[in-house]
Amino acid sequence: MTFSFTHLTSALALAAGLALAPLTANAADSEGIVVYNAQHEALTQAWADGFTKETGIKVTIRNGSDMQFANQIVEEGAASPADVFLTENSPGMTLVDASKLFAPVDADTLAQVPETFKAADGDWVGVAARSTVFAYDKTKLKEGDLPKSLLDLADPKWKGRWGASPAGADFQAIVSALLELKGEDVTKSWLKALKENATPYKGNSVAMKAVNAGEIEGAVIYHYYWFGDQAKTGENSKNVALHYFKNQDPGAFVSISGGGVLASSQHKKEAQAFLKWITGKGGQAVLRDGDSYEYAVGNGAQSNPKLVPLSDLQAPKVEPSKLNSKKVTDLMTEAGLI
Amino acid sequence: MLQKNTYAAPAAQAAALRLPPLTAASGGRVPHASVIALASVVALLSLVPLGFIVWITVDTGWSDAIALIFRSRVGELLTNTVLLEVCTIPLCIALAVTLAWLTERTNIPGSRIWSWLAVAPLAVPAFVHSYAWVSLLPGMRGLWSGVLVSVLAYYPFLYLPVAAQLRRLDPAIEDAAASLGLGPWRVFFRAILPQLRLAICGGSLLIGLHLLAEYGLYVMIRFDTFSTAIVDQFQSAYNSPAANMLGGVLVFCCLLLLGIEVLVRGNERYARVGSGAARPADRRRLGWFVIPAIALPLAAAVLTLGVPFVTLARWLYLGGAGIWRMDTIGSTLLQTIVLAVAGGVLATIAAIPMAWLSVRAPGRLQRILEACHYYVGSLPGVVVALALVSITVRLILPLYQTFATLLLAYVLLFLPRAMVGLRSSIAQAPVELERAAMALGRTPGQAVRQITMRLAAPGFAASVALAALGITNELTATLMLSPNGTETLATKFWSLTSEIDYVSAAPYAFMMVVLSLPLTLLLYAQSKRTAGQ
Repeated sequence: MTFSFTHLTSALALAAGLALAPLTANAADSEGIVVYNAQHEALTQAWADGFTKETGIKVTIRNGSDMQFANQIVEEGAASPADVFLTENSPGMTLVDASKLFAPVDADTLAQVPETFKAADGDWVGVAARSTVFAYDKTKLKEGDLPKSLLDLADPKWKGRWGASPAGADFQAIVSALLELKGEDVTKSWLKALKENATPYKGNSVAMKAVNAGEIEGAVIYHYYWFGDQAKTGENSKNVALHYFKNQDPGAFVSISGGGVLASSQHKKEAQAFLKWITGKGGQAVLRDGDSYEYAVGNGAQSNPKLVPLSDLQAPKVEPSKLNSKKVTDLMTEAGLI
Repeated sequence: MLQKNTYAAPAAQAAALRLPPLTAASGGRVPHASVIALASVVALLSLVPLGFIVWITVDTGWSDAIALIFRSRVGELLTNTVLLEVCTIPLCIALAVTLAWLTERTNIPGSRIWSWLAVAPLAVPAFVHSYAWVSLLPGMRGLWSGVLVSVLAYYPFLYLPVAAQLRRLDPAIEDAAASLGLGPWRVFFRAILPQLRLAICGGSLLIGLHLLAEYGLYVMIRFDTFSTAIVDQFQSAYNSPAANMLGGVLVFCCLLLLGIEVLVRGNERYARVGSGAARPADRRRLGWFVIPAIALPLAAAVLTLGVPFVTLARWLYLGGAGIWRMDTIGSTLLQTIVLAVAGGVLATIAAIPMAWLSVRAPGRLQRILEACHYYVGSLPGVVVALALVSITVRLILPLYQTFATLLLAYVLLFLPRAMVGLRSSIAQAPVELERAAMALGRTPGQAVRQITMRLAAPGFAASVALAALGITNELTATLMLSPNGTETLATKFWSLTSEIDYVSAAPYAFMMVVLSLPLTLLLYAQSKRTAGQ
């Protein structure tokens, strides 16, 4: 071996130096807006592409999960690099709103969305919606065997037969609706039963896959995973059917995906334009025609025709700002679920 | 039998040389103070995440902290973690030592190919191993699946140092043992195995730490460890006290592991000195035993390489040309390479002072500094990342979400990897040569640079490669700290697999493997070379 150590280090140092040139560059210095995105990547990417095509404004997406970003934005405070925050569920929005970090959404954007799908204070707006379902193995369960209510799953007869993704924001939003509708005691005992009866999975699609594979008989997830898989190859959902609880049951909860503009944003005009675009015709059409299968929420916007219409879901009435995410994570931590 | 401290020279020679014991007190004549100062800076930096956890604990309050630490969930996680460690490490040692002995010390046909195949699994990131297994057997989950995939993914970390050590052993000792009437088995257990102690300890520690820090592998096969639980907590409540308390327990586990390794490692010396050089050892003739002997490396290769290869090939075939979106893949690839090279070099440079100290001047203070270097790399990326996020966002805003912070996280996370390669190769460089150089008028700095570091150069390169390998496949810290718009192969792969889009994820897995291959080759080549040639 004849290479010298000093040559090696200087070559490597040079390489490192070159690599470090853009060391302190960060996206905030560049043009366009930064979106903290907790929604499905593909959906937000489709929105961003459509928006950029129409307006020429560049969109930089940072991906993460609802509560992680909500808390991160609170931590970042006025220094947040984010201009827009998009979630899958409303509790994340409420958390940021409680810290007064949102700028009011433009009036004409709010006007595009009905009352039920936006914050009462106008600080954030619904961009899409999703329905809770019980995805079950149709080779094992008949109509008559299905739980009438989400609460029935706490029954010992369901022990070891169902699953969920308790660490996910999706499921935690469902729990927050349960807490709001039925109170703390019911929620506590239901979570305790969940810990004993249910198998925890990481992610709704993984839970659905487990139903399909016969590991469990059913899972509490959102509706669009099944439609998305059916539209692709169906290989993770061919034995699966969806059961809608309806009847204003906590299990019929419809969760709102929200969007908001941060008060600290340096690009408010562009950020507001982005929200306006996704709640408007173009953005809502992406929901109808794309492969996200989430419900459109805009006034007069159509959802994908394959879906059970929103109006038929008989969802319970829940005021989004009342959904208490902090309490939910505390209760779930207490129950040993996370 | 063997006496302590006379590893590589026949006992009589060493006795005649009367070498002083290697302690700081004996005055190695390289001024330790300056090296200690350098190592202390790195150690201080590595204490940042721990300091953050301590601060949060104080902030949480004693009673809440107790409630969050002593709860049943933590008990479950602790049981899982201990079982995982206790099952995986011995299996890794057995597999790695057997394979190393077969490829280095027997006349097994195709020993070169087998030894390359024993290292090659390093080119497959841990979560790609589990992605492959889950695709193959969708029902895989729990402890035994975790142990299986962990052994397959991590045993090369032991094979590499053990094989390198076996190659360098002086067969004179085995001859002496045999001449004293020991049979081949007893020669192996009494003369060879003790000399592999450093390599086995270093490798086992590295694997043990990986088991504590790994996230992706265990998420895929649904086995909960502290790392997965911490990420769950973060996704639910970001930097909640609950998450940080879990982090605290995890730090405690790391310190425990580190303490065990120090106890087992001991402080014998392993460098040969004296006239002449060790001749290469003879290879043992296997005879009829060659058939079962070939079966082992073959089975290992099928499980570690065959499974990922077949699975990936299947997904790529199913996906066809449509999944190769070159614009996205190209930019992710470039970003990954830049981060890996920069982070690898920085981590290794940061590890040099400590690696030198741990070999040349072990002492109580050095132990503490070294512990800092090791513990930080065993933290899950998410803990380090959160500490850095909080600190940069509150105190050093210009560094928030910049490459600098991400690279600092990489340096901290991969210090142990950098240390292992450096330490064993510095240990191979006799201190006498350093002293001789100084006696001939070199300054201490020059002596270290020109003698020890040159001898340790393969170790340096191996360390860079190891760290870069780790960075290529790092997930959690990258997700949290990367500047907006940064996507690496690992993060992209992860987001696609979380959607169960195994087909679209395949190109990213494939690219990670392709990128890891040259680094693995380099590692392999370096381990083949004996120091100082």
